[in-house]
Amino acid sequence: MSVSRYALSVWWRNLALYRRTWKLNLLPNFFEPLLYLVSIGIGVGAYVNEMAGMSYVAFLAPGLVAVAAMNGASFEVTYNAFVRMNFEKTYAAMLTTPIQPDDVLAGEILWAMTRSFLYGGCFWIVIAAVGLAPLPASLLALPLIPLTGLLFAALGITFSLRIPSIDLFSFYFTLFLTPLFLFSDVFFPLQERLSGGWLWIAEVLPLLHPVRLMRHAFRGEWSPILVWDLAYVIGLSALLLVLAARATRRRLAA
Amino acid sequence: MLRRPMPSLVPDRLAEHDSDPIVACEGVAKRYGDRLAVDHIDLAVPAGLCFGLLGPNGAGKTTMLRMIYGATPPSAGIVRVFGLDVTQHTRRVRMRLGVTLQENALVEVLSAVENLRIFARYHRLPRVTSERRIEELLDFLELRSHATLPVRALSGGFQRRVAIAVSLIHRPELLILDEPTTGLDPAVRLALWERIRELRSAGTTVLLTTHYMDEAQRLCDRLAILSAGRVVADGSPAALIRQHLAAQALELTLPAGEDARVLAEIRDVRTLRMGRRLVLFADDATALLETLRERGRTGDPSAVVVRPANLEDVFLALTGTALEGDA
Repeated sequence: MSVSRYALSVWWRNLALYRRTWKLNLLPNFFEPLLYLVSIGIGVGAYVNEMAGMSYVAFLAPGLVAVAAMNGASFEVTYNAFVRMNFEKTYAAMLTTPIQPDDVLAGEILWAMTRSFLYGGCFWIVIAAVGLAPLPASLLALPLIPLTGLLFAALGITFSLRIPSIDLFSFYFTLFLTPLFLFSDVFFPLQERLSGGWLWIAEVLPLLHPVRLMRHAFRGEWSPILVWDLAYVIGLSALLLVLAARATRRRLAA
Repeated sequence: MLRRPMPSLVPDRLAEHDSDPIVACEGVAKRYGDRLAVDHIDLAVPAGLCFGLLGPNGAGKTTMLRMIYGATPPSAGIVRVFGLDVTQHTRRVRMRLGVTLQENALVEVLSAVENLRIFARYHRLPRVTSERRIEELLDFLELRSHATLPVRALSGGFQRRVAIAVSLIHRPELLILDEPTTGLDPAVRLALWERIRELRSAGTTVLLTTHYMDEAQRLCDRLAILSAGRVVADGSPAALIRQHLAAQALELTLPAGEDARVLAEIRDVRTLRMGRRLVLFADDATALLETLRERGRTGDPSAVVVRPANLEDVFLALTGTALEGDA
């Protein structure tokens, strides 16, 4: 990979566009967590005395921060990146300037992480405001937000670079991200519902690891399994990005 | 209206040796699967000229340009721009050239000024420099009245001007234009040609593709005609006409079967069939017309036209309609 400072030019281009639309974009970010917390945390939570030793709404909060980070990154590297690549010819225009394919990829990933931080950050602020983010421990969750963004940016761009049609993103969202959302420790602790063998298989799920990191951060607890979680997030991101760099070069420089 | 070339449009660095070509392609080929899009082309674009690549759709013009600015590597051969191998020095080459793509790749919700700033960032220009150049370009392309409107609210002609402006933000020594005036109305085309001429007189080398023959004839100092990935002819527009046809054209309206009868006993005339019209090329078309009149072979007399031969004739002769007569 030959990432250069020109990656920041790509990032800046997205920021320039976002500055025009941020007011419209940011507002839903504050409402989405509230809706979840009220509906599921308080509504469903009324029937649940406690989960994993805490109120249900408190159990839910850290997982939803990870989900927000996942969503924030995913939209950027799927629909938005696909449109920039195939319809708006944004990348073709960048490649008439000193920007190289590796810079395009790095800039887009960096931007997806930025979006995930904005998204997840809003979520965190709402949760903190209603007293569900114990301070100062849950401050540790903040750097985990862009890290989650990195993982889902890498996953999303890998998919975007391989598909021929924009319609296929419904598969990515409905058959990949939605199941992750439902089965990654966000709504219930997996280890209490799955037997040993299945528990190991669940470790494959990408969202499980950010959720576990997030939840430990909120509690201010350390556990050896977090080493595995961090290694998974960083390792899989790195692997996917190396493959994505190759695919980007092939796709843009064909 | 701005009428004189602005000194500030002079590229920062002119080619060290004017005799060295700005672009030099040697045996350049590009293969996509089984298809050879560019078939071993040799091409030299001299400094300071406006050079046109002509060809029908699919002739390989855009692929050729993409190899020249290093967006895609050639499958064979070598492309040198400013004397540098583009594949090895892509970034250095692209710092010194500007490209306007066939489609305006602009951020449509942003204004001309904001789009110019984005391209200034792509080139990592210092803020002070980029703001100064944005001011210059707003004047040069007469964009000031529309500078802060979203690009998508602008007419096609204005959008095209913005697209050309962004490719000039870093004062390139070489400007590459892929079909710069396709889809624009005649007035806008004339205005753009004038701007391109000004850039050239200020020292910028211009390389463009077009399939408008009048554009090529009036704008380009030199041309290369591409067909099926090969250069089938090159030279100045006048030389191409002289070399491949003749100075004048005589157009007759005749049914297709009568060519042989009309042309009987007529020598050294090249002909071109365009539907119902038969075009004959001769250095003295009036004399040829007299000869044919005497023999009563002019077809519909009210549809006879004598005119100078043009590039369109050359193009059709070389790429499309079969050229007949003595080769």
